[in-house]
Amino acid sequence: MKQLELHNLKVSYGGRTVLQVERAFFQQGRFYGVVGPSGSGKSTLLRILNLLERPLSGRLNFFGTEIDLAHLTYKKGIPIQRQMGYVAQKPAMFQTSVYDNVALGLRYRGVDKKTIRRLVMEALEQVELAHLADQRADTLSGGEAQRIALARALVCEPTLLLLDEPTASLDPYNITIFERVVQTFHREKQTTILMVTHNLPQARRLAQTCLFVFQGEIVETAETDTFFNRPASPMLQDFVMGRMIC
Amino acid sequence: MTADVTEVILLSLKVTTASVLIGVLIGVPLGALLGLSSFPGKQLLVAVIFTLMGLPPVLVGVIVYLLLSRYGPLGSLDLLFTPEAMIIAQVVLVTPILAGLSLTAVHAKERSYWETAKSLGATPFQLMLTILREARGGIWAGVATAYGRAISEVGAVMLVGGNIEHHTRVMTTAIILETRTGNFSAGLQLGLVLMAISFLFNSFLMLGMLKQMKTGRRYSS
Repeated sequence: MKQLELHNLKVSYGGRTVLQVERAFFQQGRFYGVVGPSGSGKSTLLRILNLLERPLSGRLNFFGTEIDLAHLTYKKGIPIQRQMGYVAQKPAMFQTSVYDNVALGLRYRGVDKKTIRRLVMEALEQVELAHLADQRADTLSGGEAQRIALARALVCEPTLLLLDEPTASLDPYNITIFERVVQTFHREKQTTILMVTHNLPQARRLAQTCLFVFQGEIVETAETDTFFNRPASPMLQDFVMGRMIC
Repeated sequence: MTADVTEVILLSLKVTTASVLIGVLIGVPLGALLGLSSFPGKQLLVAVIFTLMGLPPVLVGVIVYLLLSRYGPLGSLDLLFTPEAMIIAQVVLVTPILAGLSLTAVHAKERSYWETAKSLGATPFQLMLTILREARGGIWAGVATAYGRAISEVGAVMLVGGNIEHHTRVMTTAIILETRTGNFSAGLQLGLVLMAISFLFNSFLMLGMLKQMKTGRRYSS
């Protein structure tokens, strides 16, 4: 089975190493929860995978395509980037309609107007915001904007979906819808998902496998049940028990 | 309004509009590229552009005059004392303004917009268009500034145009001529027309910008 593999990754800011991963792999179609204290390197991991940052060194095997992350040019990264979806904690909504925001990725890919219209309206219906298609996206509430950002990522049917604390500032109602859409998409499309979250019950609910990132390293990876009920490392035990104070 | 005055106004509009359009075609992509890319020497280039934004028009006039004069490197084009020479001088004046203000407008957009477009799979060109669209408020302001500067400019167009009646006389050079001949009333009247044109242009530009920013494009259109 094809998988996503990271090798010899090293990310430094101003001489300080913030993330170092000797080897990590993610199976196709699996839902991963990424947890750890703030500043441990979780978001950096997602940004590196989404090719938004260039590390000092590192190789990525993207489901069969080998990439030298340290020397990848913008243009060469486009075909890989177009197989990914990314939702940040604070979504950037372009100053245009909700419809145009969701259609953007499809337009970049040269999809015809009729197909765009069908796919965008389907995506908006999935996140239960089809009635806002004509509304300006930069006037939405935080919860609506995040659901639109999810629709914008899902409409391109990514092979890899990266979610960086997407529900951190949402209310329970919006969290419920967000989680339901992500779960349905995962079940139907068998997309590989990496979701960074500080919400441990959320990681338990959604993820099949969890990763614990601490001080720039992936300390432990395990099936969700094992991860929370029988953590191997003392650090993870402290973290899941709420005893870790950073 | 006499036929002569109409001719002067029309030439002013022609020269200004042409120079701003050419300036937009060069300056806006240049500013966007500088705002979105990073390369060695970028800071120096940005400093040069910001310096050129305050370029004295008379100096531009002298340089363009020397370039286009009979023994200058572009003398064979025979452009001196033509409206085309005036357009060239004004393009030199407005392009740094358009580049500098576009760069500032693009820079003002948060990095998250740039990253969102990139993560959605934009090519560098698509990304530039997306960010330019996002920064359109600042770019419109740049166009308005450039238009205002070009239509009210006198030193450079006087030098390279020569203020020749029925050929290169524009509103600003006509105002100078009227004032020099003691015809202050005609000079003031032309000045008012200049102000009115500038006001109308800026109002049109700002209304368009506000309308576009207020309503998103409808999906059904």
